[in-house]
Amino acid sequence: MALRTEVVSRVAVGLLVCAGGLLPRGAAAAPGAAGPDIRVIAGQLAEPATQATAIAALGGLTDPAVEPLLRALKDGALYRWNTGVAVLGDDGALRDLAGRPVLDSRGQAVVPREGQEAVALEEASFGRVQAILERLQVFTGDPEARRSAAFKLGSLRDVTAVPVLAKALEQERDARTRTVLEEALAKLRLLAPVAATRADAARALGRLRSESALAELRTVLEREADPTTRQSVQAAVQSIDSFVFHRSVVGYLFNGVSLGAVLLIMSLGLAVTFGLMGIINMAHGEMLMIGSYTAWVVQELFATHFVAHLDYYFVIALPLSFLTAGLVGLALELGIIRFLYGRPLETLIVTWGIGMIFSQSARLYFGDQTSVNPPTWFRGGVEVLRGLIFPWSRIFIVVLALGALAALYLLLRYTYAGLRVQAVMQNRSMAACLGISTRRIDALTFALGTGLAGIGGCALALIGTVDPEVGKTYIVDAFMVVVLGGVGKLVGAVVASLGIGLANKLLEPAIGGTAGAIYAKVAVLAIVIWFLQWKPTGLFPSRGRAATEAAEAG
Amino acid sequence: MSVRVTRRDFLKGTAAVGAGLAAGVGFPAVIRAQGEKEAIKVGVLHSLSGTMAISEAPIKEIVLMAIDEINKTGGVLGRKVEPIVEDPASNWDLFAEKSKKLLLQDKVAAVFGCWTSVSRKSVLPVFEKYNGLLFYPVQYEGEECSKNVIYTGATINQQATPAIDYLMSPEGGGKRKFYLLGSDYVYPRTTNKILRLYLTKVKKVPESDIAEEYTPFHHQDYQTIVGKIKSFGAAGDAAVINTINGDSNVPFFKELANQGLTADRTPTMSFSFAEVELQTLDVKPLVGHLASWNYFMSLRTPENLRWVKAYKAWCAKHGTPDKQCVTDDPMMHAYVHVHLWAKAVAKAESTDVDAVLRALEGLEIDSPVGKYKVDPKNHHTWKPVYIGKIRSDGQFEVVWKSKGWVHPEPWSTVTYPSRECDWSNGGKGTYDLVEGKHVWLSERK
Repeated sequence: MALRTEVVSRVAVGLLVCAGGLLPRGAAAAPGAAGPDIRVIAGQLAEPATQATAIAALGGLTDPAVEPLLRALKDGALYRWNTGVAVLGDDGALRDLAGRPVLDSRGQAVVPREGQEAVALEEASFGRVQAILERLQVFTGDPEARRSAAFKLGSLRDVTAVPVLAKALEQERDARTRTVLEEALAKLRLLAPVAATRADAARALGRLRSESALAELRTVLEREADPTTRQSVQAAVQSIDSFVFHRSVVGYLFNGVSLGAVLLIMSLGLAVTFGLMGIINMAHGEMLMIGSYTAWVVQELFATHFVAHLDYYFVIALPLSFLTAGLVGLALELGIIRFLYGRPLETLIVTWGIGMIFSQSARLYFGDQTSVNPPTWFRGGVEVLRGLIFPWSRIFIVVLALGALAALYLLLRYTYAGLRVQAVMQNRSMAACLGISTRRIDALTFALGTGLAGIGGCALALIGTVDPEVGKTYIVDAFMVVVLGGVGKLVGAVVASLGIGLANKLLEPAIGGTAGAIYAKVAVLAIVIWFLQWKPTGLFPSRGRAATEAAEAG
Repeated sequence: MSVRVTRRDFLKGTAAVGAGLAAGVGFPAVIRAQGEKEAIKVGVLHSLSGTMAISEAPIKEIVLMAIDEINKTGGVLGRKVEPIVEDPASNWDLFAEKSKKLLLQDKVAAVFGCWTSVSRKSVLPVFEKYNGLLFYPVQYEGEECSKNVIYTGATINQQATPAIDYLMSPEGGGKRKFYLLGSDYVYPRTTNKILRLYLTKVKKVPESDIAEEYTPFHHQDYQTIVGKIKSFGAAGDAAVINTINGDSNVPFFKELANQGLTADRTPTMSFSFAEVELQTLDVKPLVGHLASWNYFMSLRTPENLRWVKAYKAWCAKHGTPDKQCVTDDPMMHAYVHVHLWAKAVAKAESTDVDAVLRALEGLEIDSPVGKYKVDPKNHHTWKPVYIGKIRSDGQFEVVWKSKGWVHPEPWSTVTYPSRECDWSNGGKGTYDLVEGKHVWLSERK
């Protein structure tokens, strides 16, 4: 559905582009042959009595000489010369309106006479000159600035901008800017006195799916007397409304999937350490934090040593965060956690304490003032539908979450090491009898889990905060995903994170009001609690070590 | 060396206490004789750990610097000032406990502290019960006027409503629709309650053009909200009023930038983060967005240039990296109120809380933003208002400034047209004007 709408709008834009040449004719017939006029008008600028009229006349012109002329007037660099005016160049000599040096009868460059005063801009006209200069931004080199200027002209309801917009549209080659120009032009033509022009404009806005014109169209609808125009305005409002609705559904689904991916990358490591091994690792959030800080440290190193390749810091940071967090995890397992196997309560307290130690150490060592800047290629996003942008950083996190999941699955399912991990988790004594060093497997599995958390932290730094407290914001969600998914099964974590993500992001707009985000979170927690009452072992119960131990204990 | 000179110049310029002032009164010899006297203890109660440390730790530094300046010039009443620093660790209950300790055990003459409204509310009963004196440096929601607190930060009419005026003016883009977005706690809720009334009653903005939304603390996912803002401001006539707290600003602004919402089309006006917090963010997505404060580090006044230089020297001495060594609005208030306290003590010739409070009434002082004074009645302060646009170097470009200083309104005239506060000459704090008569809130029921 979404795709089809997109195709339709593309085609519509294409058609308009073809018809582009037709647009300016009705609107901009008068100033079409503006060339010879400008020198006369410029001459009028010099006289206070005629200045305001001259400025108004210049506002309707599209001649490239208008901008330097008005800028000179505003900056006090416009001088009387012969019967007309000349502009003071950077070299101190006068230039004519085309930018050529002004020469006297002997062929010498002319400079302003001693004591000659520049043409003064009447104070009352200052705002008008400023407005015209801003409007001329639709001709500048930077497409972003052109779009911004065109959008502003469209919303200012100043119909004298129509010829300028039409001219800009005629020249414009950039497709996105063309759309903005067409939209702005149509919005202004919606104010035209001729009913047929208004109807045309409404149809154009409908085709362009112009959300920004929606409010204006509605007001036009209220006072429109002409029945055919009314009809086209009505049709435009309906088509935009339905487009906006469909677009928001697509948006909500993407938001849900993206939050799901964030939750998955947050909890994948925990799915290994808690899910497979049954260790209640309350320091999991801090493992994510270590990943985030690794990204920051690498970024700072690049910023001081390899400024030219700053963007590539992330390529190094991602594997490095896996290594750092993995090594910290390894040290934790060897130093502390292995002495606590089978004592979940002590593990909980100890890892919680470790988390606090990490968090305060980060504060002492790094301070609070850290920020990870995403590489430039993650800035912005891809415009899927008009006005709906999927940010690259979020797309990257979805891809990374799937990639990490696939890698983990392949590792556990198809490698010898993974096989041994599964063996130990399923039946420790049997695995030991077969000559597997269960101690070593424990340590490596834990390191794998914390390493995955490190990758998660590195990726999350792209969209979130990096500070010593960040672990605490992750830990609850991570546990929720793993417990809901069912301890010990990867597929559980996937389904749970997607489910929670979608539920959260669909409930948020559905609840609406002033606290949609708050109640959506409450509602999701309530649903999870209810679900766990009903199915205490989660979505996908398994026979991991945790499960067997729990069964034995029970 | 040059630092010391500028600092001294500055102190003279600001007419702060110390040798300069004491000498002016004519007791240079007494100072030396009284050098042996017991120091005056003051409490510094700002979080140095936990979530608020990022904002509050620099305040502690600037308070210590101000005290150091006072001591270098002879102290107050010939006595040194001894700061007692406590770390309430961003824990609201601990704020109350620590303030009790400062007042009862250390017997401090004044406390400089608190940031969040929750922490202020939690220490308030302690200060009122034991008749302490608290200086509070942060902009807040108002609707409070304690006898035992001097509020130096901005009230709503010294920050929020001027920001609305600016946004609706031609220079501000002539915005007509407002999206009030904040964290879910007392400051954003109260501010937005007042702003909604201000917009509808004073500015005649229809209810349908105001949206209001709150997110939990540490909220990380702003996708839906940014999507809504985008639709809300599709016609380019809307602005966001941001009272999101702390870390959640990072994901919010990253999401804004990534979804292509530019300051050009839908600017965000923030009330809760200044230069210090800006240093923690990736500034690129923020460039062009706005903030409203009583002070910006980029102000080019001679007083401010001197102050910033003095603080830079302080940072260098105490090993704070230069990048993190920035000044901002709450720091300015905190710095000024330490000097205000000292000036009031010198004026009262006593550290007694009631005497100092009387001396503070209408007291004027020079500050990095020029003239600065305590209101003669309501325990709040007069100062100018600035609106700044975020630059790519993490500083603000001032785009608007109030004409002179703005008076403080602890009770916004929008919500409480007849409510005011008076502690002078036997005043009993907050009162309502009913038919020309004072009805004191404290005497009701």
